[in-house]
Amino acid sequence: MARITAGVGVSHVPAIGVAMDTGITDQPYWKPVFDGFKKSREWIKENNPDVVFLVYNDHCTAFSAEMIPTFALGCAAEFQPADEGWGPRPVPVVKGHQKLASHIAQSVILDEFDLTIMNKMEVDHGLTVPLSVMYDQPEEWPCLVIPLCVNVVQYPAPTGNRCYNLGKAIRRAIESYDEDLNVVIFGTGGMSHQLQFERAGLINPKWDKEFLDMMTSDPVKASQIPHVEYLREAGSEGIELVMWHVMRGALDEDVVEVHRHYHVPASNTAVGHIILENRPK
Amino acid sequence: MATKKDYDDIPGTYVFDADMSRKGYHLNMFCITLRLATGREAFKADESGYLDGFPMTPAQKQAVLDRDWNEMLRLGGNIYYTSKLGACDGITFQALAAMMSGSTQEEYRAMMLAGGRPIEGNRYKSEWEGKE
Repeated sequence: MARITAGVGVSHVPAIGVAMDTGITDQPYWKPVFDGFKKSREWIKENNPDVVFLVYNDHCTAFSAEMIPTFALGCAAEFQPADEGWGPRPVPVVKGHQKLASHIAQSVILDEFDLTIMNKMEVDHGLTVPLSVMYDQPEEWPCLVIPLCVNVVQYPAPTGNRCYNLGKAIRRAIESYDEDLNVVIFGTGGMSHQLQFERAGLINPKWDKEFLDMMTSDPVKASQIPHVEYLREAGSEGIELVMWHVMRGALDEDVVEVHRHYHVPASNTAVGHIILENRPK
Repeated sequence: MATKKDYDDIPGTYVFDADMSRKGYHLNMFCITLRLATGREAFKADESGYLDGFPMTPAQKQAVLDRDWNEMLRLGGNIYYTSKLGACDGITFQALAAMMSGSTQEEYRAMMLAGGRPIEGNRYKSEWEGKE
């Protein structure tokens, strides 16, 4: 049977992708950011997931203002990296696991989570930067990827509670799939950052670190954080962190924290990263 | 009854909610056409002619022509759309953030390297009253 073995929380700051794509990760500005990913890259090589279920948000790239699904599941055979205005990132095409994705869609919709099904979708930095963080710069991504795109751009994003419970439904779906697959789930975005207007540049390390602590030890409490707290304490774009609850909901309540990394700044953003493993059964 | 907005007292912030989205719809739909090279080229060749292809308000068109980034937000623009206009001009997110928050590029970069804009004093509009 397929099983979820671990979860990864990670920021998806576009400038991290640019730093990799332009080969400047050794510069003093970027070195401390990437030093914190060394262990992650070893870990994912060791863990070698067959499938990454990747929760991210589109940044007005694949979805214009015409259509704003709250949860959209990528069921296509492949997903092209999108041009976001600077040309597409020079990264491999993302390959999906169509059979598992359609199984998940069917399972979670009957479990009362009404997803939008995407049979064609370009993917932006929200999805490709986490893959770059974890896998560096391979010729092909070493895993298949099932994207779950969450609206966090137009307020309101889904609640943390809803995301957490969706994570549980996704786990039920994956664990009822009859193929021996090691699945790792990524929750991406955040941490504190505000990209717009006069308060741009807001960073709240104390709040971020408490959030990381709760990811490990009190996920239910974390899932109850109200939207206004993200907006006020973590900045208008910090609300991306609701996506981490999908990841956390798909894991056991009791997990092992195997890695954590926190650094300010990457461009406008606090970089947060955590790897959590389910305990072996 | 108007929708209650518990985020209205956050200073220096536009929350892109359904009201803002409705207001900014055509502005944002213009911006997203700049995502692709064909749109960027056509816009650069004739900015106001290109804008006339969108049912935007005169104020929205003027804000685009003036590159008045905060005015675009006020008129319903969202940063992920207006940043496409930024990219068209070769302006990064960080450079936009500096402009929107009224800093020079150097000041803003230094602020971020020193840990970012602190949360203390920046939670409530009341904390900004009387501030320059």
